[in-house]
Amino acid sequence: MDHTAHTVPAGVWPEGLTRVPYWVYHDQEVAKDEQARVFEGPAWNYLCLDIDVPNPGDYRTTYMGCMPVVVARAEDGSIVAFENRCAHRGALICLDDGGNVKDFHCVYHAWRYDLRGNLKSVAFRHGVNGKGGMPDDFQMDAHGPRQPRVAVLCGLVFATLDPSAPDIEAYIGPEIVARIRRVLKKPVEIIGRFTQPLPNNWKLYMENVRDTYHASLLHLFFTTFRITRLSQGGGVLVGENGVGHASATMGAPAQDDKSYQGMRSEQDGFRLADPTLLDSEDEFKDGIQLQILSVFPGFVLQQIHNAIAVRQVLPRGVGSTDLNWTYLGFVGDTPDLRAKRLKQANLVGPAGFVSMEDGCVGGFVQRGSAASGSEMSVIEMGGSGAETQETRATEASVRGFWKAYRAHMGL
Amino acid sequence: MAAEALFRLINLNAAYAACIDADRLEAWPDFFEEACLYKVTSADNHKRGYAAGIMYADSKAMLKDRVSALREANIYERQRYRHIVGMPVVLSAADGVTVAETPFLVIRTMREGQMDVFVTGVYLDRVRNAADGAARFLERVVVCDSSRFDTLVAIPL
Repeated sequence: MDHTAHTVPAGVWPEGLTRVPYWVYHDQEVAKDEQARVFEGPAWNYLCLDIDVPNPGDYRTTYMGCMPVVVARAEDGSIVAFENRCAHRGALICLDDGGNVKDFHCVYHAWRYDLRGNLKSVAFRHGVNGKGGMPDDFQMDAHGPRQPRVAVLCGLVFATLDPSAPDIEAYIGPEIVARIRRVLKKPVEIIGRFTQPLPNNWKLYMENVRDTYHASLLHLFFTTFRITRLSQGGGVLVGENGVGHASATMGAPAQDDKSYQGMRSEQDGFRLADPTLLDSEDEFKDGIQLQILSVFPGFVLQQIHNAIAVRQVLPRGVGSTDLNWTYLGFVGDTPDLRAKRLKQANLVGPAGFVSMEDGCVGGFVQRGSAASGSEMSVIEMGGSGAETQETRATEASVRGFWKAYRAHMGL
Repeated sequence: MAAEALFRLINLNAAYAACIDADRLEAWPDFFEEACLYKVTSADNHKRGYAAGIMYADSKAMLKDRVSALREANIYERQRYRHIVGMPVVLSAADGVTVAETPFLVIRTMREGQMDVFVTGVYLDRVRNAADGAARFLERVVVCDSSRFDTLVAIPL
């Protein structure tokens, strides 16, 4: 991308990863730079699942940042993507969430594209009765929507517009790829799909996802029912370049845990009337109760007991974000395990016992920091680095996000 | 018989909406049978046969847990709903069970006064009419017209 970062709006951004100025969540110019340098840059964007487009001609529409994208299955079975923008006047080519087509037609002037987004015909190209039409030297292959590179990893479809971006596994990092394979080891089935519009900048949600420090403090449901406490075993992996992170929480809460004494999140008297909500199966056979994994800029894979979901985080303007939830099961789930997933889905999503606060807390920061663009947040739990740590009482992974962000943005 | 089934449903729906909108949530589970289904989903998920909801309970005890969590655990900004519930369409009424669908609209008012059309949709209900005259939900599937839920859904629909 030939795009120069503009002058930062207020104050400088000190070197290092422990301070983040609030203007990054509020500034329109920063948002434009992100579109160019991250979403249309060398980052890999999560688009959809391969099972969203199982057969040739199947397509699904989504976004890379604010850029509309069509994902399609080509005749040869490969998954391809192209910008959802007609080469003629810029109208959307596809108007639905998905479907099956032989080829794509823009409704405006009927320009026609193949499944890969190559322009194949122009209506009235040679005019009518010898009059009008396009110039004789019009080259169809010189016009067409942009076609990002596509990679499929464990059924997850990613794309980048930068031909020089590293391949997907090198981008994410081997230790994080292994954690994706741990969960997505079998063919999946979609069991629900919801969108949660968030009243905050997209980065605040991604920081929240990587913030292992907040989980048992903000989310009282977790703490109260001992689903997770920071004193349980676990830790956080952060990839070398900060792009990927995976936090893990091991089962079996510590007994006589006093580390929360006196905090708001300690309410030991509270018990479920129907404890079957938390009946779960160690389906991955490794004792990991929770794994939250993210890939910069906007992908999240979640395993909370048997509640498995992917989340796609898309900016919708500087102060709003779409969080797209896809709840998953595996093909061949027993009825009992599937029933557990449906009950445990109560923990997550827009009405999730554990995740509903994540829907509003980013908005609290967005509103709280509205008048303090030159001030900075403090991200020093667990030191100043972004390395893997064997504790979750750390903000190492949040610093990893900023490591990847600053590298992409040149800030 | 059909008129009586309709009358019971209208009463039930009015009481249900008033219970939630007046923040008497502790009484909300009592509108359901002990073994029941309460699910909040969307028209698109419903059409595709996706079984998961954003809320899902198969017992009255799970509904009680929803209320306990809202009161004791969950963090969200103060807000209230106003349910406007339309006329039920009675699809069948036999053996003490009425099957009906009823359109609804929920306006959400936030702490600072902002009001939004939060959700519209249809309740797909199976209601048991007990001998003592009480009517309770065997099943209430809340099919929202949109799959988008702004910020969070704390209070039940």
